[in-house]
Amino acid sequence: MLKIENLHANVGDTEILKGLSLELNAGEIHAIMGPNGAGKSTLSYALGGRPGYEITSGSVNFDGQDLLALDPHERAAAGIFLGFQYPVEIPGVSNLQFLRESLNSQRKSRGEEPLSGAEFIKLAKEKAGLLKMDMDMLKRAVNVGFSGGEKKRNEMVQMGIIDPKLAILDETDSGLDIDALRVVGSGINAIMRKPDKAVLLITHYQRLLELVKPDFVHVLAGGRIVKTGGPELALQLEEEGYEAVAA
Amino acid sequence: MSALLPLPTKRDEAWRYADLKALEAVWPKLDGPEKIAVAAGESASRQISVLPIIDGVGIVDLDVTIGDGANFALHVLAVAADYGRIQVKVTLGKGAHFELGGAILGSGTQTLEIVTETIHAEPNATSNQVVRSVLAGKATGSFLGKINVARDAQKTDAAQSVKAMLLDRTATANAKPELEIFADDVKCAHGATVGELDKQALFYMASRGLPPELAQKLMLQAFIADAFVSMDDDAAREAIESKALEALEHLS
Repeated sequence: MLKIENLHANVGDTEILKGLSLELNAGEIHAIMGPNGAGKSTLSYALGGRPGYEITSGSVNFDGQDLLALDPHERAAAGIFLGFQYPVEIPGVSNLQFLRESLNSQRKSRGEEPLSGAEFIKLAKEKAGLLKMDMDMLKRAVNVGFSGGEKKRNEMVQMGIIDPKLAILDETDSGLDIDALRVVGSGINAIMRKPDKAVLLITHYQRLLELVKPDFVHVLAGGRIVKTGGPELALQLEEEGYEAVAA
Repeated sequence: MSALLPLPTKRDEAWRYADLKALEAVWPKLDGPEKIAVAAGESASRQISVLPIIDGVGIVDLDVTIGDGANFALHVLAVAADYGRIQVKVTLGKGAHFELGGAILGSGTQTLEIVTETIHAEPNATSNQVVRSVLAGKATGSFLGKINVARDAQKTDAAQSVKAMLLDRTATANAKPELEIFADDVKCAHGATVGELDKQALFYMASRGLPPELAQKLMLQAFIADAFVSMDDDAAREAIESKALEALEHLS
């Protein structure tokens, strides 16, 4: 589904990704762990097409398309969802309006009919319920006045509504208490644990991986993948630290 | 004809916010202000979404007297003119309220202004002014808000919130509160900001599938909605907001 080959990316004048290669197939969940500053967030932004993250060489193929040739909104329509480490507040724009416009823009670019107001509300209610989020919060402005945990939960409600093929989740577990982590974990499983979907989970901690069991665990250090293993690698990292494992 | 004349309030500091008399030499068609009197205890409102434009110049000049305990709400849209000014002088009686919501939406070389003079002549009166500007190209949008609180006008509560969004670095926004306060027990709050569209928010919206032009539209729509949120009449609010949206479409 996603094939990243020898990706190099700069932020400003600094090279952050230095030849990163990674392949994800449909039905797989991959975890990326790594020390601070390794390039984890840069990887997610580079895949999302954020301005300021310049790809200097390498290629990214998503479902047979050259991902890097697409604008950010076209990547979303192609089926990529970016879960933000720090979800952005948009004053004055309600969650429901934002998501309906987003979803219908995606549908339009795929040649599908837009959802009616009633169809959309039904879908939003179902996904909010899955993440145990009050519908009233979806009527409020996007992330404005939300706690850190509520913002992350809102990311997952958005993911549920948009129903992507590939979710790239950047530290979705940070800022969550134990109960919220459980809700978010089972949300990810319910929405994305399917044979035609894949997840790239960026995390610092083993605790999310106990809930969302990865098929592969990669260690990202110094801008490239330095080690790949199964779920046991995450446990080893937790016990021994990055330095010992990635050396 | 006027399009060929220099726009005196655009660059020259001495001319900026010049009173209408000073502009008569350039645009001699001005009559006196339209007088509006709101009787004691009454409520009145006025919406202006279209300027009376002649030769590119659109000027609205109002002189409003709000009686004791009365209420006047004015919602305006400064759009479409090469040179547009909405000028309002308001005199408030005891316990009266004046509400102003205005949006300035300009592009090209438009110069658009909202100029208010709010006179708190008597005690316990309140005023609230909210102005939102979206400016593109080489447009100039200005707000001048004079507030005058007379010696006897204790417990005056006057607020101004003025925010401008520049879509291009070549656009200009001016915001100038001018407070003259002779009473000692008053509240006069004023805030002004000039900014650009939040790039982080634009990327966030794009990452959900919104094309840039639609993301920008949603954000600008939300930004100017502040100016009309005080309108009680839903139909009137929707009417002025849809005019504002039309003008926004022409900006970018």
